[in-house]
Amino acid sequence: MDTDVTEPGATKTGADVTETGADANATETGAEADATDADGGWEELVTAALLGAERRTPPGGSPAAVLDRAAVATVRRRAGARPASPAERPAPAAADPRPALPAPAARRLALLLAGRAGAGQGGRRGTAPDLAELLPQWLAAANAHGYRAPAGQLPALLDAARARTDLRAEALAFAGPRALWLAGLNPEWRFALRGTAGVAAVPPDDARAVRELWEEGLFAERVALLTALRRQDADAARALLETTWSSERAEDRLLFLDTLRERPTARDEPFLERALADRSRTVRATAAELLSALPGSALAARMSARARACVHPDRTGAAAGVGLVVEAPYECDAAMQRDGVVAAPPSGRGERSWWFGQVVESAPLEDWPAHLGARDAARIVALPVSDGWRADLHAAWARAAVRQQDAAWARALLGSPRLPLAEGAADPARLLTVLPAGERAAWAAEFVAAHGLAEAFRLLGTCAVPWSGALGDAVIDALEIAREAGSYPWSFSGVMGLAERCLDPAQAERLRPLAAQADEPASGAPGSGGYWAEAFQRLASTLHVRAAMLTELADAAPAP
Amino acid sequence: MLTLAPDAASRKAGSKLAAPAPWSETGTGRDAVWGLCRGSGSTPYRTVVDLTGPASQCSCPSRKFPCKHALGLLLLWAQGPAGPDAVPRAEPPRWADDWLAGRRAKAESRGRATAEAAGRAADPEAARRRAERRARRVAAGATELEQRLADLLRGGLAGADQAGYTVWDETAARMVDAQAPGLASRVRELAGAAASGPGWPGRLLAECALLHLLCRGALRLAQLPAPLAATVRGHLGLTTEAAALLADPEAVVRDRWLVLGRAEAEDGRLTVRRFWLRGERTGREALLLSFGAAGRAPELALPVGRVLDAELAYHPAALPLRAALGHRHAEPDGGGTPRGVPVAEALAAYGRGLAADPWLEGWPAVLRDAVPLPGADGGPWHLADAAGPDALPLAATGRSALWRLAAVSGGGPVTVFGECGHRGFTPHTVWSEGEAIAL
Repeated sequence: MDTDVTEPGATKTGADVTETGADANATETGAEADATDADGGWEELVTAALLGAERRTPPGGSPAAVLDRAAVATVRRRAGARPASPAERPAPAAADPRPALPAPAARRLALLLAGRAGAGQGGRRGTAPDLAELLPQWLAAANAHGYRAPAGQLPALLDAARARTDLRAEALAFAGPRALWLAGLNPEWRFALRGTAGVAAVPPDDARAVRELWEEGLFAERVALLTALRRQDADAARALLETTWSSERAEDRLLFLDTLRERPTARDEPFLERALADRSRTVRATAAELLSALPGSALAARMSARARACVHPDRTGAAAGVGLVVEAPYECDAAMQRDGVVAAPPSGRGERSWWFGQVVESAPLEDWPAHLGARDAARIVALPVSDGWRADLHAAWARAAVRQQDAAWARALLGSPRLPLAEGAADPARLLTVLPAGERAAWAAEFVAAHGLAEAFRLLGTCAVPWSGALGDAVIDALEIAREAGSYPWSFSGVMGLAERCLDPAQAERLRPLAAQADEPASGAPGSGGYWAEAFQRLASTLHVRAAMLTELADAAPAP
Repeated sequence: MLTLAPDAASRKAGSKLAAPAPWSETGTGRDAVWGLCRGSGSTPYRTVVDLTGPASQCSCPSRKFPCKHALGLLLLWAQGPAGPDAVPRAEPPRWADDWLAGRRAKAESRGRATAEAAGRAADPEAARRRAERRARRVAAGATELEQRLADLLRGGLAGADQAGYTVWDETAARMVDAQAPGLASRVRELAGAAASGPGWPGRLLAECALLHLLCRGALRLAQLPAPLAATVRGHLGLTTEAAALLADPEAVVRDRWLVLGRAEAEDGRLTVRRFWLRGERTGREALLLSFGAAGRAPELALPVGRVLDAELAYHPAALPLRAALGHRHAEPDGGGTPRGVPVAEALAAYGRGLAADPWLEGWPAVLRDAVPLPGADGGPWHLADAAGPDALPLAATGRSALWRLAAVSGGGPVTVFGECGHRGFTPHTVWSEGEAIAL
């Protein structure tokens, strides 16, 4: 079914100019030179041109004659080009039924992605918002509304997801099935096919397909399959894992075990108990950790007994009747090691304190009140501890509170935000994650009000976005105090960056007076006033952009 | 809006300035936007954008056009991230008004100016002498180039792929001296053909042969039929001034022109920006060129996919395509997906074009229901008819254009504008749901 598009008129025009008029049929396939056909002696002309007239008399007798003939042949070949007909036609991308973005939001996305391309160039940041930093929020908001990505932006989205793993999950969810189709065609985007993507095609109730993917899939596909199945049917997922457990490599076993972390159940216990005898030390440790957080597990009971043997109410010492004494383990026996206690301490750490910490962090917190004869966590934490064991004991309890997600213990261990942070004790940022969002923000706000921003970065990072009014006020006040104290704003660049991303856009009004150039305090670093005004301007303009981009997405939002 | 940006760096810088913070005394009114932008200096830059152009004026030292301040101001005005009060309605201040008034007065008198430009050639005797002098120089250049091509063929092309660019650059410089810029840029392309990898001898011979044909045409201009002579002049770079073309009321075509696509390329030290248009009434395609010297972006900026009510005058040629842009009657508006043809018809149109102009590299074409197909075994991608076996290989298509085209199609049929030529199809624009996406 070739369409003949040969147009002999072209030859005639060439002849008008060159006064040469050879005649032959010319074809060229798919606009690409094809020398095999009858082409008016083209190959002969090329050979003659390569050799040169000095070495061999060319067709026509002179260089000019060769050029004349080549001109005619070239025009004829070009005019006679025929369409190609490639055989393979890949299947089109799956349809994406999500609604299109509102036009202003689509323009915003293009801006954010264009900003990403230039990110990472050095230099002072100036007053303009850092658009690349807003992309994660934009993607999360767009996904929450359930929009479809504009097709023309998919390559830029895939490039962004390739460069930044923190964006990847949201970017790929937003990019949708067409991005996966593209990724199948471009090796640079192969990453998008790993992870949950390949699994989407396998329905968990198709036992044969699940089995096949589990046995033959790539590692990442298998992890994704296990994770997805685990969410649907925890027992089926564990059973699937057990079919091949003993033949998996140690590092794979560790990551497969991690899929049980999300919602461990009592029915996982026998499997986890067997994993305590695993060949790999890290697998054993992970199994022990999972078991210790499993309410009512045998391992938790064993650990509880060990821990209770180490901590007693003080009956004889200085704090008799009101304090605690700690008697750390004297050895790490085989049973303890089997339950996940690591025998060898890191350098600089005493053996007994090391064992003690591991035992206490794995013991259920709920067993302590009865054992110590106190009513609740707050009272227990307030008790004095003899012989300098307080820091060890509290740090271990803090790890237990995080592992067991126990808000009462976390609250007690955090204590008042107005007190200075105790050296080497509990990690407040991790404890904060256990508290409900409102309480977390209130605690962080009070902490910032009392201590300023120097140690606040990680605490602020745990707070929900956008920050509550009280927390936002506290951070802005603290920044203002820092400016008054005459320091440079880049000493606070981490907190500034967080504030740009997390402050409630409604706070922009408060920043207006701060963004005006202020007089430098007499004691201040030279030029700091201008830099602060610049930093506050950037903060304010970033909040404007965030407010605008969320409004754009919410406008004309599709009915859920 | 961002398509107005001269390059990626300006686009980025402009979008950074699309925040209210650095701006003060902004306002909009009388089809203009203005504001003061605080930069690194002590006095803020004064930026005015005339929305009827769009054209802009800024007191910053940037040589880019439009500069980042103008872009940022436009974005701020268009999207208002800080709400509509970021750029309030107002009367322009003195400094903005001066420029606007001056600019609009100029625009009004442009009609007269073009007439005057034609009148400047009022001394026909002097003009004739100038033209004759240039014709002699071009003829001398063509003779010299003919000699060099003959020498090349006498010695043989073998080894030309190792020769590098210097030898061609020197010849190109001679052609610039001969006031034949068309010959000069073709000579520069010979170096590219010689370095084009496997199969280069055929490509180099083809280019040499067409250059030889052009030289012969240049030497026999007087004997050629008028349309062909005009085509040869066009390829030699002996073009008529836009003002002179537009001064002829007979030659001016008014239509609603759909902006089909845009492309930018470097030619020597020039940046050449191309816009392809298609008239709604006439159905004719037109090509507008805009040049920027030494790193400056060309001034002409048209929104791809929109319709421009304007007057054009075609440069004379056997196959008129290139045109000069005259008066614009309204702001670009509307749009929509243009009518397209199947692959075979686009190829046939190029073939017909070659009949009138043997030097034609490609011809504008809108393909309808075209499907991008990945190349087999690392070969080039193709654009294929959705309903037939015909396809064209994609040529001179950058990474981002290729993948954007693939993404927009999703493996389904789309309407694509591009140039159909002997190397294949170079896509410039794709339409999705009635919206044009520049590639």
